[in-house]
Amino acid sequence: MSLSFSGSFSLFALIGIVAFLIIAPILGCLLDGIDRKITAGMQGRVGPKLLQPYYDVRKLIQKENATVNGAQDLYVIVYFIFILLAGCAFFSGSNFLLCVFILTLGTLFLILAGYASRSPYAEIGAQREILQVMSYEPMVLLVAIGLYLACGTFEVSGIVTSDVPVIRSLPLIFIGFLYILTIKLRKSPFDISTSHHAHQEIVRGLTTEFSGRTLALVEISHWYENIMFLGWVAMFVLWSGTAWAILIAVVVVIVVYFLEILIDNNFARVKWQTMLKTSWMVALICGGLNIVYLVVF
Amino acid sequence: MPHASKSPWIIHYDGSSCNGCDIEVLAALTPLYDAERFGVINTGNPKHADIFVVTGSVNDQNESVVRQIYDQMLEPKVVVACGACACGGGVYHTCYNVNGGIDTVIPVDVYVPGCAIRPEALIDGIVTAIGILDEKSKELNGISTKPRGYADAGEGVYAPQADVADKTEEPAEAKAAAQGGDGR
Repeated sequence: MSLSFSGSFSLFALIGIVAFLIIAPILGCLLDGIDRKITAGMQGRVGPKLLQPYYDVRKLIQKENATVNGAQDLYVIVYFIFILLAGCAFFSGSNFLLCVFILTLGTLFLILAGYASRSPYAEIGAQREILQVMSYEPMVLLVAIGLYLACGTFEVSGIVTSDVPVIRSLPLIFIGFLYILTIKLRKSPFDISTSHHAHQEIVRGLTTEFSGRTLALVEISHWYENIMFLGWVAMFVLWSGTAWAILIAVVVVIVVYFLEILIDNNFARVKWQTMLKTSWMVALICGGLNIVYLVVF
Repeated sequence: MPHASKSPWIIHYDGSSCNGCDIEVLAALTPLYDAERFGVINTGNPKHADIFVVTGSVNDQNESVVRQIYDQMLEPKVVVACGACACGGGVYHTCYNVNGGIDTVIPVDVYVPGCAIRPEALIDGIVTAIGILDEKSKELNGISTKPRGYADAGEGVYAPQADVADKTEEPAEAKAAAQGGDGR
């Protein structure tokens, strides 16, 4: 186990990184567009155009630049860079634990950006983002531990090329991961920090003071993030069975994302207490039982 | 290329309106009419909004609020005064507490008449506003660099372009008159 990119830096790793950097924003944008289309369908509306997220970002980039505190823009840029690094660490087949840690660090910079403006709305949003991190982090770490116990490695390349899909030894951990994925994708019952789909709740949460280019960068980071999380889902079902494995992984990812949209549209937002309690309970029960099973048997 | 017209985000503020126009505005934003088809999002945050939809007239209490929301919005931005009250005070224009329409505080780009506004008039107003938004976006992104009225008007003064020109000329005339006076 190595905690860095050191070792044999294969051609596959390079392809993974380049593909992530170029394809992820395009896929993420389309995914967001499809999400809004399906959401509209579920609410009996026609919905925006498929490329609406792209139009929004394009407009935001052309807006006037105004920032209350210059540090805020820097923090958002650093957040963006760390999301890219985390994605590169994952899609190059490198260490999963490293990917998780870089991602957490990135989120910390987003929280700092929220605090930087000293606006009460952005500060409440930042505090809520911290609560979200507290909620999902135990489960994410249990996912990493479970992966190591099942495969004997943290390397993503090792996990996805094992003889059987890792979900066969981590079914409960996968369910627990799906639970916290709703927080990570900023979907309804747990969308308490940025008001990403509600548009106005405690004004606009963490993103209240972001505008123009800064807000556009947050959106683009969100596209990258979403693709990376769907990559995490795919990691659970991939094995060395080549074409079939990839087909099944794609189907599972689509089903999972559709499930997330369904949950998003059918559940009202919960209080942060409920989010924290339930996600820790799920982490303890699903993650704990699964790990006990792996250790004992 | 201006791209503002494909995602006009709206912020709605109710001045001292009787709520007739507010209900019309909010009804037009319900899922039934699905404004998101055109990329319209009803934000509650002036920093994210492109179009400022105001209903009701201005009084001493809400003048500063209207001004602050306008100031917090980033260029390009468009103001739509919705209904007779927002355009010029409406039936309340003689009331002791009413100062007049929205244009007494901030520059208004589109006036939508009606008491209360008809949905058709509202849609027409928003479509006009989107056109103006594109024009302003063009101007902002270097297609034309002529200074904007707001930037030139000075602190606390909100005047359209023509008024600014008048005000800058005034001192010059006064000076000339003063010089003439000295010469005499």
